[in-house]
Amino acid sequence: MRCLLSFFVCVWQNMPAPIRLRELIRTIRTARTQAEEREMIQKECAAIRSSFREEDNTYRCRNVAKLLYMHMLGYPAHFGQLECLKLIASQKFTDKRIGYLGAMLLLDERQDVHLLMTNCIKNDLNHSTQYVQGLALCTLGCMGSSEMCRDLAGEVEKLLKTSNSYLRKKAALCAVHVIRKVPELMEMFLPATKNLLSEKNHGVLHTSVVLLTEMCERSPDMLAHFRKLVPQLVRILKNLIMSGYSPEHDVSGISDPFLQVRILRLLRILGKGDDDSSEAMNDILAQVATNTETSKNVGNAILYETVLTIMDIKSESGLRVLAINILGRFLLNNDKNIRYVALTSLLKTVQTDHNAVQRHRSTIVDCLKDLDVSIKRRAMELSFALVNGNNIRGMMKELLYFLDSCDPEFKADCASGVFLAAEKYAPSKRWHIDTIMRVLTTAGSYVRDDSVPNLIQLITNSVEMHAYTVQRLYKALLDDISQQPLVQVASWCIGEYGDLLISGQCEEEEPIQVTEDEVLDVLEGLLVSNLSSPVTRGYSLTAIMKLSTRFSSVNRIKKVVSIYGSSIDVELQQRAVEYNALFKKYDHMRPALLERMPIMEKTASNGPTEIVQTNGEAEPSVVEPKHLPPVGQPASQGNDLLDLLGGNDVPVIPTTMPTKPASAGGELLDLLGDLSLGGPAPAPPAPASQPPFLLDGLSSQPLFNDIAAAGIPPMTAYNKNGLKIDFTFERANPNPNVAVITIHASNSTEADMTDFVFQAAVPKTFQLQLLSPSSNVVPALNQGTVTQVIRVLNQQKQQLRMRIKLTYIHKGSAVQDLAEVNNFPPQSWQ
Amino acid sequence: KHMRFLLLFSRQGKLRLQKWFTPITEREKKKIIRDMTTLVLARQPRSCNFLQWKDLKIIYKRYASLYFCLAVENQENELLALEVIHRYVELLDKYFGNVCELDIIFNFEKAYFILDEFLMGGEIQETSKQMVNRCIEASDMLQEVRYPPTPRPVLPVAQL
Repeated sequence: MRCLLSFFVCVWQNMPAPIRLRELIRTIRTARTQAEEREMIQKECAAIRSSFREEDNTYRCRNVAKLLYMHMLGYPAHFGQLECLKLIASQKFTDKRIGYLGAMLLLDERQDVHLLMTNCIKNDLNHSTQYVQGLALCTLGCMGSSEMCRDLAGEVEKLLKTSNSYLRKKAALCAVHVIRKVPELMEMFLPATKNLLSEKNHGVLHTSVVLLTEMCERSPDMLAHFRKLVPQLVRILKNLIMSGYSPEHDVSGISDPFLQVRILRLLRILGKGDDDSSEAMNDILAQVATNTETSKNVGNAILYETVLTIMDIKSESGLRVLAINILGRFLLNNDKNIRYVALTSLLKTVQTDHNAVQRHRSTIVDCLKDLDVSIKRRAMELSFALVNGNNIRGMMKELLYFLDSCDPEFKADCASGVFLAAEKYAPSKRWHIDTIMRVLTTAGSYVRDDSVPNLIQLITNSVEMHAYTVQRLYKALLDDISQQPLVQVASWCIGEYGDLLISGQCEEEEPIQVTEDEVLDVLEGLLVSNLSSPVTRGYSLTAIMKLSTRFSSVNRIKKVVSIYGSSIDVELQQRAVEYNALFKKYDHMRPALLERMPIMEKTASNGPTEIVQTNGEAEPSVVEPKHLPPVGQPASQGNDLLDLLGGNDVPVIPTTMPTKPASAGGELLDLLGDLSLGGPAPAPPAPASQPPFLLDGLSSQPLFNDIAAAGIPPMTAYNKNGLKIDFTFERANPNPNVAVITIHASNSTEADMTDFVFQAAVPKTFQLQLLSPSSNVVPALNQGTVTQVIRVLNQQKQQLRMRIKLTYIHKGSAVQDLAEVNNFPPQSWQ
Repeated sequence: KHMRFLLLFSRQGKLRLQKWFTPITEREKKKIIRDMTTLVLARQPRSCNFLQWKDLKIIYKRYASLYFCLAVENQENELLALEVIHRYVELLDKYFGNVCELDIIFNFEKAYFILDEFLMGGEIQETSKQMVNRCIEASDMLQEVRYPPTPRPVLPVAQL
């Protein structure tokens, strides 16, 4: 009756029945444009909406189905959510089927609406038709929220004990979902698991193994409890392998591979860390490993799982070797998927079974040449893991070849890997430098930014290779200036070791003949090239500047530096201006500042050292600067000098060493305790214990502000035996309490004074810092001076006194002298 | 939860089926679909069937004009996942008879019903081919309104 009425209503309202699902699909597929499709969809959605409003039971199912289709195309369908619930509540199976499907597609636990399903599901779990029960179990097991699971766990548990295998298997997976959502409920399913494995039905067996696995993974108690199932699992697995052909479960001659794999996985969990269980499964694992047919993917899938299990449990070594050999055979398989899987597994085991994996090294290395990108990547990772002191030469050859030809996406990682491996296992320094060169020249643009400071540190510390390194880098620059990391490292080296370059000192290979002008040409070329990044330009300018103390073409360098004083690039401009100032006003400091870098300590963290841009001079700084120790140094460190000063507790701050160690240097070390080799004046930021004044004017401020040259007259501090030492003065800015004294040592005798070392001590109320001298040879006949900078902090404005000690070698004999300097002009300390 | 999602899409990237085994927002679903179609369609023809995406392994295989894309957790057996995909295709083939993409387009709800008898909650539910098909056929018989699989529509040539 009602149908007739709605029919009349439809006719009266001239409303046709909603179009069929397939009809709609056909229509939508005829749309030629996205806009046309959208129009059709909107029209149909409107019709569906009004149909929903009408509360039309007859066509609800059809409408929701259409909505689901449109939802798959990407259109919104949320207005159909409630309708799904109505369908689920319907008595018709057709409705329920679509309703549950719709619920799974359109609803999730985020929607409050979904809780309304709980009652329907509960009813359907107890339905007389198993397929209705199945729908309910499936929906609950797929998307049930924690609340729903809590409410319905009892029903699921009941169904887990039913004899109906169709329902039992679904209930098992539903239980898995419940446990995942509400772990505390796990206990309640324990009784029902008692006889699960005695089932003959494979569906039930499979889902039971899944349930048992879930429980064992979540609870160590459960795991211990279920260990007793190992014999039963082994038996089931054995039956599967030994049994004859079973049409229901056969896949290419293997009986139920899905179940076999799941059992192997559960065995893995049960055998892990347990000797007895591992032993109990040893035989079956060996059997599966040796008897499984490997011609098809399915057999290999089982072998793969077996290998994973063998590696994880406490298997005997013979079994482990068997497993790795299976992986080795996988590597030779034609099937890419199998090679990929082998490489992944080997990567996991390479730490624990290193030697066994090493045996397959050549096969692994061959995989570097594979066409497949995923395989190449795995092979690369594994190759790096296999590099050791014994195979480094051979492996590096392969890896460098790989680096040459691999896709750009690999180059950065491969380069980093090569650097790391080279650092750990380099058989010789020469080899190490050569390897670095190879990477820089072939993959120079892909090298990571942090490699540049690391490489610079490495090169600095390979003292005997300096000449060779700078020569090779110079030659590389002649070929190609486009790869920035290479150019940066090369510029830095040329700036540092340019003197070795032009002196043709190279021992390792044929020294090249190159003039100062040629070198400067190259560096200047970098400055103007479009290929150079701003960072690279900074490197080259600094390198050029450094060469001013190593080359004689100082005028040319001065010219370059002054040009860049008006560069548009602010960074470059700042550097040039400072270097200019260095030439003009502080020329006496220039040698000290631009001196050869000392060996750098690697930081405790072993991380990359940072390049600290201090005062325009890029210089690697170590994280824990080991420069001047704190002022409160125990007096015992300054033995002789203290004695000289009559027991006054004078803090002695050690001098910084000239980096060309002289024999006197050793003495100095003894006298003044542990000295660290300090770099030239611009020190990195010191730790808090450092007296602040040492860094005044040395932090981010340019070193050479306009110091009011306070017009302090110079003085002669010492004049004896042909050695004359003059002091000139400045006030440091911004701290007026710091007096900057420059000593000028000159020698009027006919012989040079070599190994010249100047030391100074001041009274307690003062603090003193001595910077590096320009040299330790005072040339004869006043042909030149040795200069050195002393900074004195005089916070209490006391009269400055100083005791100096001079040592040098003159005409073959060592000379030592002490003197007091008391004639400081008042302006220097007031 | 060992399987995370299963997507079927055409060579043009049109979605034909989406099964999600964990709760995800609509927006996330759309993003994942975009990512998967992009990644998989970009693969070289003779590459291996696996790729790594975030913390998941993606196993994909092309059958005729349809890509099957299955996402599993990292500890899963990829080779077995290929067998899972293959089994699903076999089930579809048994039901539709020489299944092709059009079958799945016009009878998508059936494709879901079959899937829901084979997998559940991200795990395999039934390992016997025959069982799954028997259940689907029995369920079909229960429907009050019968929609047998629509025979392949014959479209006028012009409209293609």
